[in-house]
Amino acid sequence: MTPFVFLALLQDGLATGAIYLLLAVGLLIAFSVTRVIFVPQGDLLALATLTAAQLESGQVPGTLWVLDALAALALLLDLARLRGRMRWRALLPWALYPAAVTLAALFGPRAAPWFAKLLALGVITPLGPLIWRFAFRPVADAPVLTLLILATALHFVVAGVGMVAFGPDGASVAPLVAATLLLGPFAVSGQSLAILLCCAALVLALRFFFAATLTGRALRAAASDRLGARLVGIDAAGSGSRAFALAAFIAALSGILIGAATPIAYDAGFEIGLKGFVAAIIGGLASYPAAAAGAVLVGVLESLGSFWSSAYRDVIVFALLIPVLAWLSWRSRGAGGA
Amino acid sequence: MTGTPLLAVEGLHAGYGRVSVLHGVSLSVAAGRIVAIVGPNGAGKTTLMGAVMGLLPRRGTVHFAGAEAGATEDLVAAGAVLVPETRALFTDMSVADNLLLGAWTRRRAGRSDRDAALGEVFALFPRLGERRHQRAATLSGGERQMLALGRALMARPRLLLLDEPSLGLAPRIVADIFRVLARLRAQGLAILLVEQNARAALAVADHAYVLELGTVVLHGEAAALAADARVAATYLGTGAPA
Repeated sequence: MTPFVFLALLQDGLATGAIYLLLAVGLLIAFSVTRVIFVPQGDLLALATLTAAQLESGQVPGTLWVLDALAALALLLDLARLRGRMRWRALLPWALYPAAVTLAALFGPRAAPWFAKLLALGVITPLGPLIWRFAFRPVADAPVLTLLILATALHFVVAGVGMVAFGPDGASVAPLVAATLLLGPFAVSGQSLAILLCCAALVLALRFFFAATLTGRALRAAASDRLGARLVGIDAAGSGSRAFALAAFIAALSGILIGAATPIAYDAGFEIGLKGFVAAIIGGLASYPAAAAGAVLVGVLESLGSFWSSAYRDVIVFALLIPVLAWLSWRSRGAGGA
Repeated sequence: MTGTPLLAVEGLHAGYGRVSVLHGVSLSVAAGRIVAIVGPNGAGKTTLMGAVMGLLPRRGTVHFAGAEAGATEDLVAAGAVLVPETRALFTDMSVADNLLLGAWTRRRAGRSDRDAALGEVFALFPRLGERRHQRAATLSGGERQMLALGRALMARPRLLLLDEPSLGLAPRIVADIFRVLARLRAQGLAILLVEQNARAALAVADHAYVLELGTVVLHGEAAALAADARVAATYLGTGAPA
C-alpha cells in the first residue's frame, strides 16, 4: 500500500467514522433516557436518503404520507383522551407541523437539492417521537430485554415501510459539496470534508444543548436518575419523546450525508446502524468520548479492511466486539468483586 | 386544625404487583404543620409516600390543596414534593444544576424567581453554595441530604414529603437537618415526615401517626404520643415494656 492509497483510505474511513459517531451518539441519547436500544435508527437513516433522493427527482415521497397518517392518529388519540379538558397547546404540534411539512413538499421547490434535504430532515425527524409514542411509551417500564425485542421488531416494520414506499432499488442524493480539493498530488473530496464539518457542528450543538439549556439538562437528569427526574416534575413521556426526536434527527442527517457517497437501499440501514452500535458498545453504552473514539476506529478499520480483503470487511469490524465485550465484562466484574 | 387540610388521604390501599402493603390508611396534614409517621421496618411508610405521590398505583382518595391528586408531575407542579430515602440526586451533574432542575416546574416564572429561590437555599445550606460547581457524586452523606432538600425547596413547595431524612447521617447532622425543618415550618411549609428515628421525629412534629403492618394503629399530638407508654417502649426504647 502506497502512502497515497493509505491517505485516501484514511479519508474515507474518517468520513464513515464520523457517520458512525453520529449514530452512536443517537443510540446513546435514546438508550440513556429510555433504556431502548434504538435498532430502527439505521432504517430511519435509509428512509432519509430515499426520501431526499425522491424529492430531488421531483416526486412526493411515500414517507410524507406515513408521517401524516401517524401524526393524525396521535392527534385523534390525544383528542379522545383529553375529551372535555382543552389543552390545545399540547395538541398543536401534531396538527400544525405535519401540515406545514406537507404543504412545503407539495408546493415548495422540492427538486432543489438543499430544499429536498431540509424537507427529508423534516419528514424523518418526527417519526422518532411517533415511534416512541406508539411503540415504547405504553411499555416504558418494561425490562430492557422486552424493549430490545420490540425495537428489533420495529426494524422490520420500518424497513418494510421503506420497501413499500421506495421499492427495492438504492438511490443516492446530490452531494452537499461537489468540488474536490487538491492538496499537491492528494485529492480531498469536498463531501468528506462536509461530512466531518457537519459532524463536528452537530457534536458542538449537542454539547451546548446538554450543558447550557434547561431542556438539555432535563434530558440529562432523566438519564441520570429516573426517579429524581419524576420527583422534580420532569414528565418522563416528554423526555422519551425528545430523546427519540434527537435520535431520529441524527439518523436523518446521517442518511443525507452518507447518501451522497453511497447509494442506499431500503435494507441498507440496519448494517450501518449496527456499526454505530459497535461504536456505542466500545463506549460501554455510557461514555460519549469513548463511543466517538470507537466510531472512528470502526470507520478506519472498515476502510482499511475493504482494501485488504473486502469480503472480510464486516468480519473485521464485528470481530472487534469480542475483545471489547470481554474487556468491559472483565472490568465491571473487577469493580463489582472488589 | 381549621378548614380543609392541605393533604387529605382517605382509605388508601397500595402495594407492589399482587402484594398489598397498605390496607386503608387515612391521614391529613394541615398547612404549616409537621406530621410524623413512625413505625417499624416494613410497616409501609415508604410505600405510603410513593402512593401519595402517584409513583405506585393506588386505591382510595388523595386530595392535595382541595383537588384530587393526579400524576406525580402534576402533584409536583401543585406544590407537593417528595425527597425519597435514596435522595435520587443527579449524581453526574453539578450541585448548581441539581438545584436548577429542582425549579423545573417553575421554569416559566423567570430568572429572578429562580435566583431568589437559589439564594434562599444557599442561605439555608451555605455548604451547598461553596460546592455549587462540584458534581453531586462527590458530596458527603449529609451534603447529599442537604442537596436533596434544597432541590425540593427550589420548587417552592407547600408540602414537603421527607422519607427517612436522617438515614445514614451522623447525629450532629441529623440535628442540623431537624433544625432546618422547624425553620421551614415557621415559614409556613407543611411537612410529612417518615422516620425510624422516632425520638427526633416526635420532638419536632406537631402531630404523629403510628403505622404498623399497613394500618394506622395510633395517632395524636406528637407530644402526647411521645408520652404514651406503649410508643415509648416500642419506638423510643424507654419506660417499662408493655
